[in-house]
Amino acid sequence: MNLQEIITKLNLTVFTTPKDFTLVDPHNGYTSDLLSCVMAGAQPENIWVTIQAHMNVVAVAALREVSAVIITENAKPEPDVIAKANEQNVILLGTSEPSYEVVGKLWELGIQ
Amino acid sequence: MSNTLQESQGRRGRTITDQDAHDITRVEELSYDLKIADVMSREIRSLTPRQTMRDVFDLLRKNRISGAPVIENEKLIGIISQEDLMKALVASDLSSTIQKYMSTQVRTIKSYEPVVKAIEVFMRTNIGRLPVLDENEKLVGMITKGDITRGVLVAIRKDYQEEEVRRYRASHLFEDITSDRTSLIMRYLIKPGDYTNGGQASSHIKRALLRLGATPQLARQCGIAVYEAEINLIIHSTNGGVLRVQIEPHRILMQTTDDGPGIADVHQALQPGWSTASPLARSMGFGAGMGLVNIQRCVDKMELVSAAGKGTKLFMEIHLRPEEKFKDASNSNEAPGI
Repeated sequence: MNLQEIITKLNLTVFTTPKDFTLVDPHNGYTSDLLSCVMAGAQPENIWVTIQAHMNVVAVAALREVSAVIITENAKPEPDVIAKANEQNVILLGTSEPSYEVVGKLWELGIQ
Repeated sequence: MSNTLQESQGRRGRTITDQDAHDITRVEELSYDLKIADVMSREIRSLTPRQTMRDVFDLLRKNRISGAPVIENEKLIGIISQEDLMKALVASDLSSTIQKYMSTQVRTIKSYEPVVKAIEVFMRTNIGRLPVLDENEKLVGMITKGDITRGVLVAIRKDYQEEEVRRYRASHLFEDITSDRTSLIMRYLIKPGDYTNGGQASSHIKRALLRLGATPQLARQCGIAVYEAEINLIIHSTNGGVLRVQIEPHRILMQTTDDGPGIADVHQALQPGWSTASPLARSMGFGAGMGLVNIQRCVDKMELVSAAGKGTKLFMEIHLRPEEKFKDASNSNEAPGI
């Protein structure tokens, strides 16, 4: 399941500059809003589901090399956060749904 | 979303944000930076007005091109294209001279103009190729959309190669310097409460390590350790502090130093889940009480020295495994001469 299929199936908003998402292949996922937990628990190429949308999400996502961040419950990153994400090659996606629903859907899509 | 974000409807009806504008800049920039002379084809396959349309047919087919300039007395006098050839073919008139079919109103471009000029012409007209003239009006090349695409791609690849070159140079740093003990020290000043820039020093350190030739795994490990240490300074220190990283061929030492407020119970601070982070920090997802625990997981040695009312020093050390060691002059086979 590539990221483009995930974006389409979950109807996600793309905050960062669109690119060929069919080439991004997330392995497994991780969810937490506590950044230190993400630093400890997320693995490279995971998809990270969180409600946090501030600047440090980009730093953590870049340092952990996650394949994409899904920001839930309509939390919106500010333009400078999006700019930083583009600079660091971090993909930021958004949805109105809560993290629980998103994780459930990802699981059903086979991101396990 | 903030109202400073200016939006307009653009490509494919999608909203173009300032961010998109920012991102196309590199290609845009290139179309201004690159000169026509940088991307044009210099191999000119020209014809003379007295040659026949059969010669045009042979030239275009043999070279798989769609048009050619027509030259007389070293001057560009016209251009002959596939479309002109088609007309001659339909009229079974291949033995006629080029003069009869060529277009004489030739739009040209100067070799010293920026590529964006050619793009403008290609977008405004249905012209597919432009003869390129130098400052003396002499024909020096041809440019097509394909040449531009290729030129921009090559320039972008050059950007990428420059990073590779930096990496290559940096990875030889320890090899190029001979001493009994070589270390590279990097210092970062971390401001208190500066959540916005949190993680910046860590990402610089991670990049530096990769450039020095560290394995991705080692760079990640250091990245996590210094990130947590950096965030601790931002969340807890009164006046900020210094993050210092010392890289040696066989180990990496990382250290943060601040001048307060200090930790009353160091043992308690090391317990997973223990945190004194402010509600503001917690609202942003900090203060999980896992920072020091994470650091311990990533480094071989960690020491926390502090007392209430005093500063805090955090020492971290990673011993490099044999395959992770930075190559230096002393363990290379070529011993330096006397």
